[in-house]
Amino acid sequence: MAKPGTPLFLERGSYRQRRMMDAVKLIAILGAGLWMIPLLWPTAEPGTAQAVSLSQALLYVFGVWWFLIAIAYVLARNIRDMPEQSDETEAM
Amino acid sequence: MGKHVLLVEDELNIIEAIRFLLSREGWDVDTHSNGTDAAEVIRDRKPDLVVLDVMLPGKSGFDILEELRGDAQTADLPVLMLTARGQSRDREMAEKAGVSRFMTKPFSNTEVLTAVRDLLYVHGQRT
Amino acid sequence: MASLNVLVAVSLAYVFLLFCVAFAAERAGVQGRAGWLLRSPLVYTLSLSIYCTAWTFYGAVGYAARSGLEYVTIYLGPSLVIVGWWWILRRLVRIGRSYKVTSIADLISSRYGKSNGLAIVVTVMAVIGVTPYIALQLQSVTASLSIFIAAQHGSLAESGDAHAAGLWISVGLALFTVLFGTRNLNVNERQHGVVIAVAVEAVVKLIALLAVGVFVVWGIAGGVSETLARIDASSLGTWQMNGSRWAALTFVSAAAFLCLPRMFQVMIVENDDERYLQIASWAFPLYLMLMSLFVVPIAVIGLDLLPAGSNPDFFVLSLPLSQGQEGLAMLSFLGGFSSATSMVIVATLALSTMVSNHVVMPIFLYLRQGGATQSGDVRNVVILSRRLSVLAIIGFGYIYYRASGGSGALAAIGLISFAGVAQFLPAMLGGIFWRGATRAGAFVGLGVGFSVWVFTMLLPSFGPGAALSVDTFANGLFGLGWLRPQALFGIPGLDPTVHAIFWSLLLNGVSFVLVSLMTFPQPLERLQGAQFVNVFDHSGQTRGWQASVAESEDLMIMAQRILGAREAQRLFQAEAQRQGRGDYLPEPTADFLQRLERELASSVGGATAHAMISQIVGGSAVSVQDLLAVADESAQMLEYSSQLEAKSRELSQTAAKLRHANAKLMQLSDQKDAFLSQISHELRTPMTSIRAFSEILRDTDGLGPLEKTKYANIIHVEAIRLTRLLDDLLDLSVLENGQVTLNQQSGSLVDVLDQAVATAEASEARSIAIKRRRLEETVTLHTDLDRLSQVFINLITNAQKYCGSDTPELQIVVQRAGDSILVDFIDNGSGIPVASREVMFEKFSRIGAEDAAGAGLGLAICREIMTRLGGNVNYLDGTGGTAFRVTVPGRQALAAQ
Repeated sequence: MAKPGTPLFLERGSYRQRRMMDAVKLIAILGAGLWMIPLLWPTAEPGTAQAVSLSQALLYVFGVWWFLIAIAYVLARNIRDMPEQSDETEAM
Repeated sequence: MGKHVLLVEDELNIIEAIRFLLSREGWDVDTHSNGTDAAEVIRDRKPDLVVLDVMLPGKSGFDILEELRGDAQTADLPVLMLTARGQSRDREMAEKAGVSRFMTKPFSNTEVLTAVRDLLYVHGQRT
Repeated sequence: MASLNVLVAVSLAYVFLLFCVAFAAERAGVQGRAGWLLRSPLVYTLSLSIYCTAWTFYGAVGYAARSGLEYVTIYLGPSLVIVGWWWILRRLVRIGRSYKVTSIADLISSRYGKSNGLAIVVTVMAVIGVTPYIALQLQSVTASLSIFIAAQHGSLAESGDAHAAGLWISVGLALFTVLFGTRNLNVNERQHGVVIAVAVEAVVKLIALLAVGVFVVWGIAGGVSETLARIDASSLGTWQMNGSRWAALTFVSAAAFLCLPRMFQVMIVENDDERYLQIASWAFPLYLMLMSLFVVPIAVIGLDLLPAGSNPDFFVLSLPLSQGQEGLAMLSFLGGFSSATSMVIVATLALSTMVSNHVVMPIFLYLRQGGATQSGDVRNVVILSRRLSVLAIIGFGYIYYRASGGSGALAAIGLISFAGVAQFLPAMLGGIFWRGATRAGAFVGLGVGFSVWVFTMLLPSFGPGAALSVDTFANGLFGLGWLRPQALFGIPGLDPTVHAIFWSLLLNGVSFVLVSLMTFPQPLERLQGAQFVNVFDHSGQTRGWQASVAESEDLMIMAQRILGAREAQRLFQAEAQRQGRGDYLPEPTADFLQRLERELASSVGGATAHAMISQIVGGSAVSVQDLLAVADESAQMLEYSSQLEAKSRELSQTAAKLRHANAKLMQLSDQKDAFLSQISHELRTPMTSIRAFSEILRDTDGLGPLEKTKYANIIHVEAIRLTRLLDDLLDLSVLENGQVTLNQQSGSLVDVLDQAVATAEASEARSIAIKRRRLEETVTLHTDLDRLSQVFINLITNAQKYCGSDTPELQIVVQRAGDSILVDFIDNGSGIPVASREVMFEKFSRIGAEDAAGAGLGLAICREIMTRLGGNVNYLDGTGGTAFRVTVPGRQALAAQ
């Protein structure tokens, strides 16, 4: 829903800002997806050899964590100077 | 006798006729043809009888009559009223206003004379 | 060897330090100094760390020792929420800041039409949900103390000492909260002291946990790889995860992160700047990650090294102690102490705000109706009630702690609390994302969710036979099989925690949505809903309380919708004039707004009117569109009544017409009576003379010949007068019945006028100066010249009779207008009164009772004649005197006839 008066196409800077917003919105979904992957792991039944070891699980969960923090950091840096603009409805 | 009659009427020919009739009977006939100051004139001239037309310029005969009856000096003055408008409503209004005698035009000369005579006689008896 | 006394001394010193920090921050905040620190994203992020309570500080290790990696879900949920700040937090913060929200109860009640009932429900639920949590903190601190004592004396301390410690800690916390948490009445004035103290404690607990972790990994295990090897070798070594718990706990911790009153306090209420969220979006997950990083190693090493039967909940303390690291243990104790105290302080603060604002104050105001007008008085009451609430809540926590006697694993109590407050989630999210959410829906959803939570989670947590009988566990409530607290609807096999979370939130959400769909919100609810859901569309620019002229326009538009365009414009115009602003919109002065509100209130009711005006003028961010939506609804309601109004207006119009017609008829009827009198008079007057003189001639002897002739002549003249009258009557009658035959001839207008003037002058005694311009009159006419002349004569004689001027003068002006010729007769008399113009062309009509001369037929005859001739005669307005215009049609018009 474009508001009257907002341009149809944005200049390069604003365009990048918009894509950063999109990334911010997606990152939580990505994180949720990655953290739910352990649900697919085989659980430790007696006799199953492939059970994921706790250290691996630990590394995976914390790896995802680090990854999310890094992305969030980069995105926050990029949109920090974003002017207060009422682009929300357009962007939602 | 020399009784004094004041005729208030605006039609010249009718004034002429009534003056002729009454003068011949020996009365002193005075005329006035405006309604506006008629009551004042009557009070001034102190006639023994007034012959009053209803449709007068300036003020209607009914109003003049009411004014006369409202004044103690003229409350008993005999008034003969003449009207050309023959409706019964006029007669009622005149009687309400306190008319002594009411006649519709065209009148017969003898009737007028009889009426005037009666009124003057009654009035004379009373005073 | 650190003695207990040293520990107590260090704790007291630490508490003293916290008091100093809080005091300094409060001072600095009041003096406006150190804003860079007090209002910084760093402090904001650190204050969020009250999420990590003693439960997470101590309990996480215990949790990991029992259930492996599951503990991490408690951190994953909040991490996801804050990483995805764009979705929910940004909106909540904006709403919180825009509408001065003071608590989650306030948010929910404001959203649903400022319903205090809802606020009370949320408050009660929050108190019930959070009090055990506060008890948990007290328990953890006293328990950690007893670990120290045990390490020193080789036996557990007397429980009496622990209880005394718990009491003193409660008193200290209450004191701190009262001192620094209830200084300001306005919640939007930040509690700097508390926030800074919480931030300091956040740093302390992080450092403490990291220190223990580093010591364990590098000091005991000997490095990262060795640690990982020991982890895999331990009893927790493989992935043993109940998938449903993993997902459910992640979800419920995310929900609790949003709904916990203390989190709402630091995250939404104490937020200074929305942009802090961007920093917090990576910094807080980092904090959480660091807090949980060493949990598994500590748990594994603790299980390895400590004797079996040691409480894993306190490995963080007992591990350093067992290794002789007194200082580290001390630091660890301070970390746990910090976690517990910061949580209790903020949670108490948040709850006391809710209790005081939504329970105590309404009751107080209700009890002293009308007496609450002195503002200072009420301010004191608010602060007092908030302080009493603080004491009461900490008191409850202490009582609960004493009553429960430290039973159950820490994690269990924490989860129960999380699931309890998570019941706010549907109402809160529904409120800020869905305009269709209604108060009734929120009530029912909260009620259902809370009941299910109590039945499936809170009561069973006391164990079979405690709150719920063993029979109820086995066979369901009232013996109904589908009402078993851990197998609702006869679906067994779910993990009890997952079961409770799943059913309570599902039934909560479903009933919330269903009831919302079925009920209709009140106007205020709709207004608030629109504002909350569309908070970003409006709050971009900050509006002051001073209304601007631009808002006048908004007010105007809204007023038009509600009052109707004409009424609104009239109102605004009158006001603009009063303000001397001419045609511009008026300034929205307080005066005018009050008047406008009253006007609106008469249409839509007082409350709505007030809300509407204050929303537009008060700078709050509802759009005109939103108001119009509500206004339209009111308009629909008003439409019916306006239809009725239109009908009654129609009726009254008809009645007015009828009255008008009736008046005209009455007038005509009066005129007819007057006319009959007049006709009678006109006929009888000449007859009187005729009769009188004929009788004189007949009865009087001795009349001279002169007199005889004179009287005969009078009779003759009067007879002619009678004849003329009868002629007129007949003439009119013939004209009216259309029986007249026109005698069409050609001739010059000059001649017709000449003849008419001559005739008029001859017949009427009163003379009048007639001005003509003969040159203009040289017009050839083709019409009935005699009839036209009759009209002219009538008009001229009328002027002669009624002019009334001392020097009567009549102007005859001729001009052409297309094919027609206009002949105007203008005298210098007094004119005709407007009232008489309408009827003077009617027959029987006479102007003024005193005009004895005419019978009122002349003008009627003139009009009839001119109509016959295809022309017209009208009164001519605006000449100063009496004027008539005769319109004579030209040849063509006549030919066409």
